[in-house]
Amino acid sequence: MSEQVATRSAAATTATAGRRPAPRLLLALALIACAVASIPLVYLVVRAGSGGLDAAITVLFRPRVPQLLLNTVTLATAVTGTCVLIGVPTAFLLARARLPLRRLWAVLAALPLAVPSYLAAYGWLATAPALHGFWASWLVLTLVSVPYVTLPVAAALRAGTTGLDDVARTLGRGPWRAFWLGTWPQIRPATLAGALLVCLYVLSEFGAVSLFRFPVLTTAIQQAYGASFNRSYAAILATVLVLLAILVVLGEQAARGRAARRFGSVAGMARQRVIRLKNWTAPAIALLAVVPALAVGLPVAVLFARLLEAETLRALDVADLGQATLNTLALSAGGALIALLLALPIGVLAARYRGRLVRAVESIGYLALGLPGIVVGLSLVFFSLSVLPGLYQTALVLAFAYGVLFMPKAIGAIRSSTAQVPTSLEDVSRTLGYGKLQTWWLVTARLARPGIAAGGLLVAVTAMKELPATLLLRPTGTDTLAIELWARTDVSAYGAAAPYAATLILVAAVPAFLLSGAGRGRLDGVRT
Amino acid sequence: MRAPRFLTTAGITILALGLTSCAGASPAEDAAAESTGSDGELTLYAGRDEALIAPLIEKFTDDTGIEVIARYGSSSELNALLLEEGDNTPAQVFLSQDAGALGSLSNAGLVAKIPEQLAELIPAGFTSEDDSWIGITGRARVIAYDGEKLSEEEVPDAVDDLIAPEWNGRVGFAPGNASMQSFVTAYRVLEGEEAADAWVQGISENSPVLTESNGATLDLVNSGQLDIGLINHYYWFEDAAEVGADGMRAQLKFLPGDAGGMVNVTGAAILSSAAEDPDALEFLEYLVSEAGQRYFVENTFEYPLLPGVDAPEGLPKLESLVNADLDLSNLASLEQTQELLAKYGLL
Repeated sequence: MSEQVATRSAAATTATAGRRPAPRLLLALALIACAVASIPLVYLVVRAGSGGLDAAITVLFRPRVPQLLLNTVTLATAVTGTCVLIGVPTAFLLARARLPLRRLWAVLAALPLAVPSYLAAYGWLATAPALHGFWASWLVLTLVSVPYVTLPVAAALRAGTTGLDDVARTLGRGPWRAFWLGTWPQIRPATLAGALLVCLYVLSEFGAVSLFRFPVLTTAIQQAYGASFNRSYAAILATVLVLLAILVVLGEQAARGRAARRFGSVAGMARQRVIRLKNWTAPAIALLAVVPALAVGLPVAVLFARLLEAETLRALDVADLGQATLNTLALSAGGALIALLLALPIGVLAARYRGRLVRAVESIGYLALGLPGIVVGLSLVFFSLSVLPGLYQTALVLAFAYGVLFMPKAIGAIRSSTAQVPTSLEDVSRTLGYGKLQTWWLVTARLARPGIAAGGLLVAVTAMKELPATLLLRPTGTDTLAIELWARTDVSAYGAAAPYAATLILVAAVPAFLLSGAGRGRLDGVRT
Repeated sequence: MRAPRFLTTAGITILALGLTSCAGASPAEDAAAESTGSDGELTLYAGRDEALIAPLIEKFTDDTGIEVIARYGSSSELNALLLEEGDNTPAQVFLSQDAGALGSLSNAGLVAKIPEQLAELIPAGFTSEDDSWIGITGRARVIAYDGEKLSEEEVPDAVDDLIAPEWNGRVGFAPGNASMQSFVTAYRVLEGEEAADAWVQGISENSPVLTESNGATLDLVNSGQLDIGLINHYYWFEDAAEVGADGMRAQLKFLPGDAGGMVNVTGAAILSSAAEDPDALEFLEYLVSEAGQRYFVENTFEYPLLPGVDAPEGLPKLESLVNADLDLSNLASLEQTQELLAKYGLL
């Protein structure tokens, strides 16, 4: 019954969606973005192919490879599952429960985004040196990835309604059953989108797993570059990673496809009941506090302990730190802009149109996220030298690399926020004589802006922490905070690294703060 | 509406300013400067720590007036980068942590020959066989042991002992690390393929602790997580410089005469596009000059390769350590080593 209600309200707003063919301009732009996203894939095929079939077979049949594959899949599954189990209740509390210091919890929930996985892992290792292997990697990667689920689900809950739950309750369903029938379908696409980002991220992660000595495909790829000096070995292993990423993306699409068709948008029904927790307030707050405390509090505490060492402060070059901070800001902002430009046509296409081509374009857009940064970095070295040699080793190419690497993080946000804009509003605009582009700019983009901004911020915060592609593509002599950090941890000079690590977390906390509910509130305020 | 437009404008301005300010040196200019005469400028890819190399470069510039544009990275990443750049590289000199990377550039035809009078300075076995690169410093493979659990006498004198049941689960190393693999190559050359196969099998069945790097291995020993680690000697000195020698729980044991105590070298090559560049040559000459070699001895505790320069105090003589006239940049041999490690699931 409640499903029918949702179906009808969704049908009212998205009746025409998916039936019309996509406009040529949009499709062309999406295809261009898709071509850009496939640069790393083309590169991989070229490199993997250059070794010949024999090399591929030798590498793939090494006795260790099945173990690496199993480790990779197990870790990605476990981290993704745990992030959903923690992220959805967290989002629910943030969006629907009456909590003291509500904004504070919203900000804290987003803050783990600011902590690079290698820093979190380092913080844990400094505290408990015996940590290693699967459980340590699972713990740290889960801690830093939970916001990828929490943020979109909280946004979906805020935009959604409890009206359907109420219908289910009046028809005699218990509260859990009512949630399952009324609210879960509304947040399912957001949950899946977040889970997809987590899963692809874990596939490509190198920093934490290498510190915890958990052998996965990315560590093997790094070893192939590090010791065999054989690029085709590395490319063959990376191709395996791409195949895994394709499975993950297709799986998410299949799961979402059904959900999206049944429950498009429920705009216009946004009645929300706030839940009073009463005796459950303390446990709820404990749940909200534990992830930020372990993901942010612990590494920051370790950093401060290091920071207070006299030698660290004496050795600090303030001008150097300032320049690295500026570089980091400019490059990540540039990366976010480029990622948005690439992700917009793909996200809008995926939100408004269906079909095999649309699905393929969206899938390819996501794949770069499943690749280790070193592979994407090398592919862009290859690309920029053969296409734009004049721009090689300029900031522009590095920002472009960030755009390619992280545009998947913006695609989901753009898609879901565009899908929530009723097409009937666009139709009204068209009947008033506005053109397609004008309508998009005046109606769709304006209403979807919080989502689009969130996508850009997510890219920016990730780009700030990026290391392997930055090492390869940066202009010679240009340092970012992540590079400075790397240069200092490399000589085991953790003390000297502390100021850079602290600044990086601080700077990355700004977009993370804006991504939390607090940031959203302000954006809304500006609009009116 | 006003606020977002202001934000957008401000954002774009910051972005434009930022991107131009961090644009750094344009590679097109560097590439254009590859003439036969000295242009007083040199682009270096340095696969070693910036904190270590930057002061050396500063001295070089003071002495010669040649400006060095240095790009830092790990040797393996810069090696991958150079292979990808090919002849289009802006780099004139590559300074590498290990010989294998230099060998791969040489195989790809990307390096220029080192002039004979320079190449001759470094004794055979510590430099390339075909003058495609030159050895700069040496680092010994050593055993790092937990000084609180073990005395020096209890630590084996040879890696052969490490496959005994007594050391089950107590030995760690980084199988993917280039210098670890050089040691296995040395074992194959010195003791023969059969013995090497038996040793790798033995150690793989002795529940080894596998790490991603020498540094990580040493950290484990130093924090009491691991009894014995196979590493390069200078990592210990780097850590000791940070926390003081007294603060080091890990202690070193050198293995004179054993394959497990062999010597790896770091080296440098001139990229083929800079074959005639006098600045590049001058930089290499500086690295193997007495001043250059002393700098490494004093700052990294590595072995100097130029005869006549004394090794760091307290280290066994370079001659007492196994070298076996290995060609450390022989990649075909390296590949055999990797197959051996892969056979027993270590790689």
